[in-house]
Amino acid sequence: MPEILVGRVDEFDDDTRVIIELEGAREIGVLRVGNEFYAYSNRCLHQGGPVCEGIVIGKVNVVLDDEKRALGRVFASELNIVCPWHGWEFDLKTGQSASEPSFRLHKFPVRVEEGSVYLIV
Amino acid sequence: MTTQAPYITRRALTAGTQDTTQLLRHAALQARSRKFSEILIVDADAHHYETESWPDIVARIEDPVIRRQASGASTLRDTTSILPGTTSNDIELSGRIPRYGNRVREMGNESEPRDVTLIRRSMTAMGIDYTVLFPGPLLRLGFHPSPEYEVQVARAYARWLTEVILPADKHIKTMLYLPFQDPLACLRLVQEFGDRSGVIGFLVACYRDRSVDDNAYMPLYAELERRRFPIAFHSSVEWTERHFAVMNRYLSIHALGMPFNHMVHMTNWVINGLPERFPGLRTIWIEGGLAFVPFLMQRLDSVYMMRSSEAPLLRKMPSDYMREFFYTSQPLEVPLHNLDVLKTTFQMINAETQLLYASDYPHWDFDLPSQIYDLPFLSESQKLRILGQNAASLFRLDETVS
Repeated sequence: MPEILVGRVDEFDDDTRVIIELEGAREIGVLRVGNEFYAYSNRCLHQGGPVCEGIVIGKVNVVLDDEKRALGRVFASELNIVCPWHGWEFDLKTGQSASEPSFRLHKFPVRVEEGSVYLIV
Repeated sequence: MTTQAPYITRRALTAGTQDTTQLLRHAALQARSRKFSEILIVDADAHHYETESWPDIVARIEDPVIRRQASGASTLRDTTSILPGTTSNDIELSGRIPRYGNRVREMGNESEPRDVTLIRRSMTAMGIDYTVLFPGPLLRLGFHPSPEYEVQVARAYARWLTEVILPADKHIKTMLYLPFQDPLACLRLVQEFGDRSGVIGFLVACYRDRSVDDNAYMPLYAELERRRFPIAFHSSVEWTERHFAVMNRYLSIHALGMPFNHMVHMTNWVINGLPERFPGLRTIWIEGGLAFVPFLMQRLDSVYMMRSSEAPLLRKMPSDYMREFFYTSQPLEVPLHNLDVLKTTFQMINAETQLLYASDYPHWDFDLPSQIYDLPFLSESQKLRILGQNAASLFRLDETVS
């Protein structure tokens, strides 16, 4: 499988989105969160928005007590990426939709070697 | 095989700027692949943020006391609220939809009003030929506690829009906001601004204190009918409204509030026989979605059959009148797994002649033209009608694709 050299590890921070444009107007977005790299098709499953260029934010949960009273909302440790067009959210690790599990962004492997980041397409 | 790809772009989320062309480049790709340049597309509901030009509007307020009062609202520039003592509804989802916050930093061109540049950028990206432009925060002006404030600001907005924005681009049209708390002021506004270039109708938003069938509005409707202007009802919702005050999420008040307010006023409009009183007055129902319409048709028809004495002006079923109304398509409730219900909805409202594509851009739940174009149950001619021809006919627009 062809690999694309995307850049150096230190060229990424949490706010950087690298967009690789392929033939047929396909786009893949590569992002770094902490020490992990992720790559997804940069096309939201909703209306085609640039999903990889959205913010990464904690999945929101509601805390219930033993009697199922809602105590408030908290950010979970799991992270979601949010399409900037309309707010559709996807699990950062899997690409699975936060609201409809049968929807999933196409994920691409990323390899890091000797300080360089490679996208496998 | 490792390659260094030359087609890599790097973006920083916190760049602090915004470029609509860049943000909507995938919309432009959709437009290109579907050859939208070859078909007429009319966006029957798009918005600008008139509060970004607040000083220009305030300068046109006639009443010096209200002009002074409005000029103090300097914080309006960065908020979606125009009402005293209210805050944003978190429409921007706590920063998840960044264009709300970034928008004020988008640059225009020196040669024309910034609003015109921004509107044209989104029109170009989506392949839209005509935009019917509506205000943003001003849509909630009807909730202002002071009717005279609503009248003064509505008149100033009408002057600014028709003096500065509309003359800059003949593809930008508007249905002017009516200060619905004051029926006589509405009539005066139609008479004063109805002949101005780019004005193709008039708009009622967040109507609340009077029913749309109040006798005080009859001169307004007669004037609109006489001038062949359609009247549009643009739904909006306010968290403080009695029904919605018990809801804790914007998701909830938006999902229910937009169609609910339409249902209230559409019911009054139909049951009190306004379509019979003003048969030439065409109504457009904006941004309530479509899913509520089949529900209301079935509901009103079944109850009307039992209680027709309460609606003596009606000469046919309530749903027959509703099938003659115009509806905008956004927010289209597209079912995720089964399109049959949407297809039925289109049939029930006679979408082929009554449905007008609308984007609602730049709002958080905007729809691209592909939302209509890609529907598998529509014929090519039905798509062309909904995307542009119905609106062109209704608004008497030049149908030549530019």
